[in-house]
Amino acid sequence: MAQPVIQTIDLTKIYPMGEHHITALNRVSLTFERGQFAGLVGPSGSGKTTFLNLIGTLDTPTSGQAIIMGAEISALTPLQAAELRRRHIGFIFQTFNLFPVYTVYENVEFPLLLLGLPPAERRLRVMEALEWVRLAERARSRPTQLSGGQSQRVAIARAIVKKPAIIIADEPTANLDAENSFNILDIMLELNRELSITFLFATHDEKVIRYLRRKITLFDGRVAKDELLEPASTPPPAT
Amino acid sequence: MISFIIKGILRDRSRSLFPALIVAAGAMLTVFFYSYMQGGKNNFIETSARYQTGHLKVMTRAYAAESDLLPNDLALTGATGLVSNLRAEYPELIWKPRIRFAGLLDIPDENGQTRAQGPISGLAVELVADNRNENQNHRNLPEAEILNLKKGLIAGRLPEKPREILVGSVLASSLKINPGDRATIISSTLTGAMAIADFTVAGVIRFGVTPLDKTLVIADLEEARQLLDMEDAAGEIFGFYPDFLYRPQLAARMARDFNAKSEERARSSGEDPDFLPLILTLGEQGGLGDMIAIYDVYAYVLVAVFVAVMSLVLWNAGLMGSLRRYGEIGLRLAMGETHRRLYFSLLGESVIIGLIGSVAGTALGLAISYYLQTYGINAEAFTRTSEMMMTNIIKAQVTRVSYIIGFIPGLLATLLGTAMAGLGIFRRRTATLMKEFEA
Ligand SMILES: Nc1ncnc2c1ncn2[C@@H]1O[C@H](COP(=O)(O)OP(=O)(O)OP(=O)(O)O)[C@@H](O)[C@H]1O
Ligand SMILES: [Mg+2]
Repeated sequence: MAQPVIQTIDLTKIYPMGEHHITALNRVSLTFERGQFAGLVGPSGSGKTTFLNLIGTLDTPTSGQAIIMGAEISALTPLQAAELRRRHIGFIFQTFNLFPVYTVYENVEFPLLLLGLPPAERRLRVMEALEWVRLAERARSRPTQLSGGQSQRVAIARAIVKKPAIIIADEPTANLDAENSFNILDIMLELNRELSITFLFATHDEKVIRYLRRKITLFDGRVAKDELLEPASTPPPAT
Repeated sequence: MISFIIKGILRDRSRSLFPALIVAAGAMLTVFFYSYMQGGKNNFIETSARYQTGHLKVMTRAYAAESDLLPNDLALTGATGLVSNLRAEYPELIWKPRIRFAGLLDIPDENGQTRAQGPISGLAVELVADNRNENQNHRNLPEAEILNLKKGLIAGRLPEKPREILVGSVLASSLKINPGDRATIISSTLTGAMAIADFTVAGVIRFGVTPLDKTLVIADLEEARQLLDMEDAAGEIFGFYPDFLYRPQLAARMARDFNAKSEERARSSGEDPDFLPLILTLGEQGGLGDMIAIYDVYAYVLVAVFVAVMSLVLWNAGLMGSLRRYGEIGLRLAMGETHRRLYFSLLGESVIIGLIGSVAGTALGLAISYYLQTYGINAEAFTRTSEMMMTNIIKAQVTRVSYIIGFIPGLLATLLGTAMAGLGIFRRRTATLMKEFEA
């Protein structure tokens, strides 16, 4: 069997809080194979965002290991961590986080600029990504001219344009209405199937949970439950 | 990537227009103040050269040692021959023999009794010789032009006839003198005897230089020689660069050369070295060199203060800008841009802003400076009470340095400010930066 995309062993994160400290993650051991469509659920403060930040190499663990694409993140230099993010990890945020001064096209192009791809290839890939999210005709718009759903679709295009192994999405639907939520979930599921990108969500949203193929429940920084869900259990969205 | 940065700058005014305007304002002020200081310095040097020191001045060694006292008993003798030699040997300069003397001006009433009296500093120059065009076979400029007499004349005319003098405007009004009035100059001869002679006031002159307007009386050189019993003598021989730009190094070299030859001659001929001609440059007279140096220090301090103030302002601006952009920075880091690359891209932005601002500010500063180089600012309020040899109209002067000095605060300070503010990128964790984006 192929190497897992993500593997954590006793992953622990402790935040100092003055005299005390908060154990945000407590010895979490999880493995994600390529192409999973998985989500972390659990009450507020249970450690979902903390886990995603560690997997995304935006933060470093207090103890334990996280092996991403074969690399143990504590052993990475900042430069190597940046390289890992640049090539293999895409982020989608609750608040979209597009660059406001750049056009939709330029926002999506940015990860490819970091990879140093030639202009012709960038063009091809950006347009392809925008077609995935059905926004090719808005390439020249500015983020301020888009609705929330459209903005999040641009953010998805920006995350997948470099065809990463992993996409990390922290509460991607929290700022969207039901229709837009289903819309982007459909798109993400389609990308997951076609490109076999591993999706890792953190969410409270029932709509998202219905789409998940794997649901991991965190409680107090620990894994409380880890369930594989039947694809059939996901109803097609009512549109 | 460069075009990505440039697009960002062009579209986001808060990171381009406003910083660039601040930079431009700083660069403009710096250029302007620098040029104005230079203008003031040049005004001072030029006025001193024309009326007091020349760019170079020949005196006897003994006279030079006490030149403040105008010791005409130690004057150069055989002045005519000496001047011809200088004109032959150093033809690139204009050489003018002069006598400066202290005395009293006595204004008689109808009965010949003293109506008014005041101390004067007399300046005797080749007025008659100039009128006769005697000095045409070498590089020459009439004294009337060197002393700016035509421009300064506010009443009467320039001397044309024998025994005519010009009187400074403040002196004229305090003694109530008008053109055509008779005036007696009282001084002392070489041997210490009383020297006294009658003159007619041809005109009243306003130099716009306070110390001159208060005391200066201009007479013809030959007539002063008769008055002071200084046959073929001259207290001082002035040397001028024809364009009236002082060249300190060149002047110093020429002075060294002349003085060495002069001493050599003294040693071989056994003459009294105290009465040999000696050249002093403008900088060596009356502490002018020190004053110029102090002036330069002021200029440097001014620029340094500007750089410091601008650095603070731009550092703050850079800091505010970067704080506002921590979210964007965090996002870019999350996407895998390296800290170093991000830092350099911020520095690149600040270089572009700094360059645009500096170029615009320098252009504006130069425009103002060129305008003031032509028209000047009337600084009478400041110079009226001053004893400095400066005209009231201070003109800016654009030098080569004017073109680059604005870039010090404009480019350097901007870059420095951003460099310091941007260090925060390295210190904060990416996850923290990201959070600031979401906030
Ligand atoms: N930078 C930090 N400093 C100190 N404590 C932190 C920090 N980040 C998170 N925590 C704490 O760690 C715990 C887990 O936080 P985390 O953000 O991972 O929760 P979450 O499951 O994402 O919650 P939510 O559903 O509200 O987003 C919480 O108790 C939180 O207060
Ligand atoms: Mg969270």
